[in-house]
Amino acid sequence: MRSDAIDDFVCRQTLSASSKFKLGRLFKVGGLVLGSSVMLGACNLPTFAINRGATTQGRATFHLFQLFVIISIPVLLSVFVPLTWAIIRYRKKDNSIPKQTHSSIPIEVTYTIIPILIVVFLFVVTVQVENKVTAVSAHPNLRVNVVGFQWGWKFNYPAFGVTKVTQGVGGSSVYPQLVLPKGETTTIHLTSNDVVHGFYIPQFDFSRYALPGVNNYFDFTPNQTGTFIGRCSQLCGLYHSEMLFTVKVITPSQFNTWISQQSHSTIGA
Amino acid sequence: MTIAPERLEEVGPHFEHHGPEPTGIFKWLTSTDHKVIGKNYMYTSLVFFFIAGLMAELIRTQLFAPNNHVVSPQTYNELFTIHGSIMLFIFAGPFVFGGFANFLIPLQIGAPDMAFPRLNALSYWLFLTGSITMLLGFLTASGAAAFGWVAYAPLSDATYSPGAGPDLWIVSVALVGFSGIFTAVNLVTTIFYLRAPGLTMFRMPVFTWNMLVTGILILISFPVLTAALIMLYADRHFGTHIFSVRGGGVPVLWQNLFWFFGHPEVYILALPYFGIVSEVLPVFSKKPIFGYKGLVFATLAIAGLSTGVWAHHMFTTGTVLLPFFSALSLLIAVPTGIKIFTWIGTIWRGNLDFKTPLVFAIGFIIAFTMGGITGVMLASPPIDFYTHDTYFVVAHFHQVLFGSAVFAGFAGFYYWYPKLTGRMYRENLGKVHFWLTFIGFNVTFLPQYLLGLRGMPRRIAEYGPSDGFTFLNEVSTIGAYITAIAFVVFLYNFWVSWRKPIPAGDNPWDGHTLEWATSSPPPSHNFHKLPPIRSLRPTWDMNHPDHADWRVRQEEATAKRASQVESTR
Amino acid sequence: MRTESRIYVGIGAFFVLIVAIYFLWSGDSGNSIFLVASALLGIMPGLYLGWWSRNMSPRPEDVEDVTPDEIRGEVGYFPTYTIWPFVLGMGVFLTALAFVFGEWTAVIGMGFVVSAAIGGTLSSKPNVSRHV
Repeated sequence: MRSDAIDDFVCRQTLSASSKFKLGRLFKVGGLVLGSSVMLGACNLPTFAINRGATTQGRATFHLFQLFVIISIPVLLSVFVPLTWAIIRYRKKDNSIPKQTHSSIPIEVTYTIIPILIVVFLFVVTVQVENKVTAVSAHPNLRVNVVGFQWGWKFNYPAFGVTKVTQGVGGSSVYPQLVLPKGETTTIHLTSNDVVHGFYIPQFDFSRYALPGVNNYFDFTPNQTGTFIGRCSQLCGLYHSEMLFTVKVITPSQFNTWISQQSHSTIGA
Repeated sequence: MTIAPERLEEVGPHFEHHGPEPTGIFKWLTSTDHKVIGKNYMYTSLVFFFIAGLMAELIRTQLFAPNNHVVSPQTYNELFTIHGSIMLFIFAGPFVFGGFANFLIPLQIGAPDMAFPRLNALSYWLFLTGSITMLLGFLTASGAAAFGWVAYAPLSDATYSPGAGPDLWIVSVALVGFSGIFTAVNLVTTIFYLRAPGLTMFRMPVFTWNMLVTGILILISFPVLTAALIMLYADRHFGTHIFSVRGGGVPVLWQNLFWFFGHPEVYILALPYFGIVSEVLPVFSKKPIFGYKGLVFATLAIAGLSTGVWAHHMFTTGTVLLPFFSALSLLIAVPTGIKIFTWIGTIWRGNLDFKTPLVFAIGFIIAFTMGGITGVMLASPPIDFYTHDTYFVVAHFHQVLFGSAVFAGFAGFYYWYPKLTGRMYRENLGKVHFWLTFIGFNVTFLPQYLLGLRGMPRRIAEYGPSDGFTFLNEVSTIGAYITAIAFVVFLYNFWVSWRKPIPAGDNPWDGHTLEWATSSPPPSHNFHKLPPIRSLRPTWDMNHPDHADWRVRQEEATAKRASQVESTR
Repeated sequence: MRTESRIYVGIGAFFVLIVAIYFLWSGDSGNSIFLVASALLGIMPGLYLGWWSRNMSPRPEDVEDVTPDEIRGEVGYFPTYTIWPFVLGMGVFLTALAFVFGEWTAVIGMGFVVSAAIGGTLSSKPNVSRHV
């Protein structure tokens, strides 16, 4: 599938996204009506340098981010246009004293109410996307255990007894590769052996802390094949910048071939 | 109805001094005068601002090229840790709540001094010694603290960060924290109990209001930090396991404690600077602040909300209630937006005199608006998942904090410089300082948004040539150098006005508030006479009786009554 | 005094509301404790100030159209210079350094602290400068 086709697919997905948000139907209905019209438009818009998200979860984040940027443009203009006008128009010409305006209730109410409405709208769409991004499937196609440590990653496929792990420390490390099947849902179980690390894949538009003593679960459903870089986002000591890994997304049949070829060893790369 | 004031009110008989006042170094060591202490705070924090600024230049130099080796990874980690710690704990906060607030609050409310002058002196000495302690880490064998200014456990415990450097960091932050608490107690008490007759709460200048709210926020949040530091120290040395998993502790607890302090801290750093801008804009527009009461309530709303949003720094931990913290974080944009529109309303139809303070204040509005909007984006958890701990966040908080502490801070510094010293700075040099800062600032931080979107994590000492980060980092580094030049211009301006003083006069800007009603610099115990206080702007009322606020209000009331009479007929 | 009281009570009330929502929604007792403490921090001084505002006549700074005749009494006592805060500061600093460099700095530091306590107490007879 080319990216446009993926986009259309994801746009429809976004439309039909059901909300887990429990506070009430009001938000849900209002959010869907408001959110869907904007989301639909978002499909043909510039990316604003935001990564498009190589998973369905990441793609939802991408569209939400686009929406935020689009809404921020009129907000930015509502400050910068009057500011520029005032700078040009009200430059000092003489020593006269201007009219001493203290307040204006209608104007103040306007600039209080409009931001509240914008914020409520942003909250509703945020909750919808957030539920989609953080949803954990009860029956994923694949489970991977990820452990962060100083300074590397361990990827373990429990169903196949396969483990990939960073070899060495610092600049001479051999970085491990996380291999995922495209179009299938993988649940990642993330934790840390020592300090706090950040499991971050920029192309997936996602990161999550690897916390010692905490088990974090989240899903990836990759929607395109390719190799993506992964990093540690949370400072974890001396070789924080060297804590790299790669993510390779391949088709499910390729994945099955690959996993069957792996010996039960713990060699990296 | 208010009585039209007609004469200056005598404050009272003056002071008997026993023996001569100390001068020179002894004045510096022994003074309990809020003006001397305020200036000490200001100059100390500026010195530390330059030290931390040099660290930032080193950081940017290291990031100029891929796989650069200007400094080692260990030194790099120490540099950004101490850079962040100095900027947040020692510069941005104390510069304004120790410096400006100390100097100005008693003047703005017509008080002879702070409520507890000796405590005030003590807080300065704790601040100074705490600040020096922060730098001592570089002299120890194992180097300074290298765990980031947030000191996330367990990286900050004795296993992963052994040595004296981290302990010095803890002691330093604790000393500076106590100094902040003492200053806050002093500020709140002074504002509640030492206002001049007639200066009701709703006649206080906006800066005083913001400092009151800042003081309350400090009292809510700083003790939590001190408690967390004690726990961290106990973990490091007394064998407790509060933050370590192995002993059954909870590492995330540190993040909760730290950010319960840390997010109010962000507003502790921002609110005073909002106050400065709210003082500068009206004076250089020759208008009162627009929507004063709305602004005051927005400030109080920010104070309340800012204490309920700490976990938005922890969205990616997977351990917090996302919708709750997201909702409150988004909501805080509303009072902040009110402030920005209030400032535009203030300069609207004014008579704008583009002196250096006004130019810096407008620079602040531009920077803060951009940083504020990206802040709203970060309040949305999915977007935060993508950009958390990347240069997107770095760019966001530098736009907000550099925008506040530098643009608004220097707006205030230039604005009150005549009152601080009795001298005038050089206007041309002030403008050059502004333009270089403004260009340097944007060239430094705007590319960092793009770097963050491309996936460059913060606090990495190196990146690879194939990462696609090189060009934007080069641009950013050049911007940082331009900013550095700007501050050389500032220092030169300072030096010129010191060597070749131009007397400023008591009220060079046609100021509105009480500090402009006394001499420059003000005498011991501040005022010999106070103008009558019948409105928010007593000095303006005194100098412009035809446009006095109390008169405008009176006319409005009369007109309203007339129209009511008209309608009842 | 009434405005001052309302600010504090208002902050306290806000936190009561926030903690109610937060606790019911998340069931998280640890973080709720922070918010309860913040609520108390607002309510306690708020009630104290409120009690005083009920039991005293308005102060001159609370009266919008105060006349000079209504102002009487001392504002307070404000010292101009004293060495003791400096001595106390150095004492606290040296004592704090003991947490890094060992007990010996605390011995010197506590000496400073004690002398500052004695010196400060003896010298704070309010006769240096009076503000009426």
